Amino acid sequence: MNNPPKPEPGAPATSHILEELSDLTLDDLCRACAVSAELLQELVYEGVLEPRGSTPQAWLFTGVHLRHARIAVRLQRDLGVNPAGAALALQLMEDLEFLRARLRALTGQI
Amino acid sequence: MEFKDYYQLMGVARDATADDIKKAYRRLARKYHPDVSKEASAEVRFKEMREAYDVLRDPEKRAAYDQLGANWKQGQDFTPPQGWDAGFEGRGGADDADQSEAHSDFFEALFRRAAAGPRRDSAAAGLHLPGEDRHARIQIDVEDAYIGVTRNISLRIPQIDSDGRLVTRERQIEFVVPKGIRAGQHIRLAGQGGPGSGQGAAGDLYLEVGFRPHALYRVDVRDVYLDLPVAPWEAALGAALEVPTPAGVVELTVPPGSAAGRKLRLRGRGIPGTTPGDFYFVLKVVLPPVDGDDARAAYTNMAAQFRSFRPRAVLGAHT
Repeated sequence: MNNPPKPEPGAPATSHILEELSDLTLDDLCRACAVSAELLQELVYEGVLEPRGSTPQAWLFTGVHLRHARIAVRLQRDLGVNPAGAALALQLMEDLEFLRARLRALTGQI
Repeated sequence: MEFKDYYQLMGVARDATADDIKKAYRRLARKYHPDVSKEASAEVRFKEMREAYDVLRDPEKRAAYDQLGANWKQGQDFTPPQGWDAGFEGRGGADDADQSEAHSDFFEALFRRAAAGPRRDSAAAGLHLPGEDRHARIQIDVEDAYIGVTRNISLRIPQIDSDGRLVTRERQIEFVVPKGIRAGQHIRLAGQGGPGSGQGAAGDLYLEVGFRPHALYRVDVRDVYLDLPVAPWEAALGAALEVPTPAGVVELTVPPGSAAGRKLRLRGRGIPGTTPGDFYFVLKVVLPPVDGDDARAAYTNMAAQFRSFRPRAVLGAHT
């Protein structure tokens, strides 16, 4: 997940759907979240992130992991929650988002 | 510039203890944290409050701020008095890594400007820090997700000018909305966030995507729904119709004997993707108005024809 080459002048910026990125390494995640590998390892050991692969060197993360890691890092920094609390908050936020999406679909709003 | 009443922003008294301030911060952060709150103004509110907390939690900064006096009002026009912070050390708190976000002009004037200049020139000091990530929300039309379109976003980017002052610059970024994006997903534009200092890489820009309300379609994750009005005889006898979808007009066969509310599915015609969603037409039977004798006669004939029809049979024997 290296930064892409600079686009041609006048060309649109390169865009990806964050949630559909895959095969991100621990190093990719560290850079994207601007945090240390230790902090992310703790999130894995607490079950906040569940990468493929058995050792930190072999871990492969998805874009959804990246999104969750960034939120967990911000929640820890701004709200003082520990990794377990961040995991709970993430789960509740996912449930809430799912319910909001269902509500929007049922009430006819996009 | 506007005066910031940090005590008012945090909802604490001027003599609040450090513990009170921390509790107030935690309470407000839970309410306004941009990851948690859906309020439109949450991000602005959180930044204001974060700035207030950065000052009030630091005894040196708080003491320097308190020295301005208690008579200033939030929003009042303000210029720092000459030598206002004489005797206080520890100002210029911009060296905390997690405070790299731009604060207000008021904060910058009080706590950073004096520290600008050589210390700001981090490249010369051999510091190479990555730029901060930026976040924004965008709204697109559901049709955009079917084809992938080019859009523009205008961002205000804080930058340090050659004199070490913080200035904001407007920047236009053109990007492609990837085909198949869904509401709640994020577009990541690598390297389009805040500039890094020294040789540090630029941050990334994250755009949270939502769909604008649409007159015809509603979206449930990947699936797209359209209420399809049909005449009673079309529902009863079947019909071949030309109907709209975000990908263009399609031919649809309504099977005979369709009840109102019946869903007709076009598999894989929802939001595109490796697992595309489905498109659903939901039949909505609409009645022609009784606007004349002929129409009245038609309905009367129908009533005679269907004398034994019991529309409310499911409600019980007597209805």
